[in-house]
Amino acid sequence: MREQDPVARARNFEEVACGYHPEDALRESERCLLCPDQPCVSGCPVGIDIPGFIRKVNEKDPRGAYDILTATSLLPAICGRVCPQENQCEGRCTVGQTLEPVAIGRLERFVGDTAIREGWANVPYIEPAGFKVGIVGSGPAGMACAADMAKAGCEVTVYEAFHQAGGVLKYGIPDFRLPNPVIDAELANLEKLGVRFECNTLVGRLFTLEQMITEMGFDAVFIGTGAGYPTMLGIPGDSLNGVLSANELLTRCNLMRGRDFPDFDTPQPIGRRVAVVGAGNTAMDAMRVSLRLGAEKVYCIYRRSRQEAPARAEEIHHAGEEGVEFHWLTHPVAILDDGSGGVRGLRCVRMELGEPDDTGRRRPMPVAGSEFDFECDLVVYAIGTNANPIMGQTSGLRLNRRGYIDTDENLATSLAGVFAGGDIVTGAATVIQAMGAGRRAAAGMKAYLGIRDGSRPYHSGGSLFGISAAERNFVRIRA
Amino acid sequence: MSNYEIAKREDYSDVTFLLEVRHPMMARAARPGQFVVVMLSEHGERVPLTIADFDRERGTITLVIQAVGKTTRQMQQECRVGASLYSLVGPMGIPTPVSHARKVICVGGGLGVAPVYPQARALKENGACVIGVIGFRSKDLVFWEDRFRAICDELILCSDDGSVGLHGRVTAGIEEALKKHPDVDEVIAIGPPIMMKSCVETTRPHKIKTMVSLNPIMVDGTGMCGGCRVKVGNEVRFACVDGPDFDGHLVDFDDLMVRLRRHGKEERRALERWEKGCRMQQSINAAVAASR
Repeated sequence: MREQDPVARARNFEEVACGYHPEDALRESERCLLCPDQPCVSGCPVGIDIPGFIRKVNEKDPRGAYDILTATSLLPAICGRVCPQENQCEGRCTVGQTLEPVAIGRLERFVGDTAIREGWANVPYIEPAGFKVGIVGSGPAGMACAADMAKAGCEVTVYEAFHQAGGVLKYGIPDFRLPNPVIDAELANLEKLGVRFECNTLVGRLFTLEQMITEMGFDAVFIGTGAGYPTMLGIPGDSLNGVLSANELLTRCNLMRGRDFPDFDTPQPIGRRVAVVGAGNTAMDAMRVSLRLGAEKVYCIYRRSRQEAPARAEEIHHAGEEGVEFHWLTHPVAILDDGSGGVRGLRCVRMELGEPDDTGRRRPMPVAGSEFDFECDLVVYAIGTNANPIMGQTSGLRLNRRGYIDTDENLATSLAGVFAGGDIVTGAATVIQAMGAGRRAAAGMKAYLGIRDGSRPYHSGGSLFGISAAERNFVRIRA
Repeated sequence: MSNYEIAKREDYSDVTFLLEVRHPMMARAARPGQFVVVMLSEHGERVPLTIADFDRERGTITLVIQAVGKTTRQMQQECRVGASLYSLVGPMGIPTPVSHARKVICVGGGLGVAPVYPQARALKENGACVIGVIGFRSKDLVFWEDRFRAICDELILCSDDGSVGLHGRVTAGIEEALKKHPDVDEVIAIGPPIMMKSCVETTRPHKIKTMVSLNPIMVDGTGMCGGCRVKVGNEVRFACVDGPDFDGHLVDFDDLMVRLRRHGKEERRALERWEKGCRMQQSINAAVAASR
């Protein structure tokens, strides 16, 4: 796939990967073996019929491909860009055992982008079910759940605390990775399904979860508020003025358009030398945003090695191309004060990898006496988040000991009719996992509301109303 | 989408003004001690402002604003009755718990007079004896004296230059109140950080519980960015979701004051640019008027 030149793009916010031309997509689709055991599908968190849509691309029928994609995935233009395909579909691709795997993500994006350009939207015939569903949070989990519930005929309202819908897709993921028009197009598709978005609404504080059910007439509620509360390292110098969370940097730059200060009012001064702590996707975004805001040097500080870095392979590759300097096996122990409340540098210690820990990754251990200082004037923490406390503070929901919402296997919470999914249940994860959770919660919600789900067998057990399956043919049950 | 209409405006001085904004749902939900985040326009920044009052019948919330920076100056110029805010979200933060204190000093310094008012009123309604101590730089900046007189059992008005009431800062007012009422259970102090710091130092020797309301730099106000982190005791807390009220004797005010200066350079730049724009607009207007 064509990409912008690394030197030029490191200073602009245009999308890095330019996307496939129809000929490129056709050529790539030829590589798919359409193998019968479909390992790619089992690698997809939402189970997209991958060979099916690739076959349609190959038949030069992007509309057909779009129909197949949207039967399971709601937001192909987004997933094609932000899914960690190398650990999912592409990681299991049969072609990938000997050659480069089929670029499933890029093909998905090609179909999604074509649909946006052509203005396609699959609005199915929806029969009103007469239920009102409230969704808290307009990020990927909320969007996925909203789409499924709207298709099931429910009247869906999505509440968002920010002034724009989209959640982490808007405030977190920068434009050069996921352009805003793509998100807006997918949101507009949801509105076509009848979903209503209410921004500037902080659920829990403006009205509580209990009020939604008792006063506002919601039959079911889904909570997809995301994890939210950024973690600090807790080392000396944490509260200095040049230290901030990646969430803050990204929100200021992306949602609040700090990059266009002073035309937009939100400032985001950037340092000359920026050290980003962490090596996940958020860290990569923070580094690449820092470069685009004008930092001269950007360092990635990570306590494990490149193999353990949780970011998508493509993001690490892109960041490296753009000039990010990686310091693997390095961990900060203190942030050095410049005497006036700002940052002068970072004191780090070298690490080495020990025995595997409970995540299966080798545990990093500090090397004694290996402390060293290096110069920087901005430190960005991208080391994960804790649970956002607002829903817990304002409702009777049962939380687990880490503060996340406790759910059963259908994602039902301790309150009847209230479901939850995404980062607020699992802790920080990926966009596609959140979408998968939103869809699972929607399935649970439909079962709770008694909406028949066409994708599930209606009679699951051996008996119904005490009548065994064997006798069923002889008995007529009046509905 | 902006339907946050300004229902009323009052100007108390050439920098301080009051806005009543229509938002019936928020008026119903708001409790003393909470705040909102306001955006004036689509290009605007998110500004946290403490809710100074709310009127459940009329469905409005009251904000008292001091025009000091670019956005607040612009609000002073553009927020006329009938105009709308682009975005208004809240109420945010943990409401001040209704205290069972029997005798309380409510201290407001400058703009802090506004947010301490609903707390004083709630305490009064709860049957406490409320002593108000409100301080301003000079006589022409005084506002809400009448409101406080109506709910306080006793009111001490202070001014830095002595032009009205007690000559001195609010700490002098606290000392005077404590002399007369040594049995005060609690002090609530809201105002600029330096004022809250000195109030806390005034009450510390008396070992009187002192609550303060912090207003650090914020972006989202929902616990997501961590910009508003403050040091309280040995912990790092987020003022937006863990506060904004904290035990003043534990707050590290020096850290807060340094953090508030975080974007000083950018704030000055934005203000200068805006003022230049205003002056240009004025000269255009004057030229247009002259040519007519």
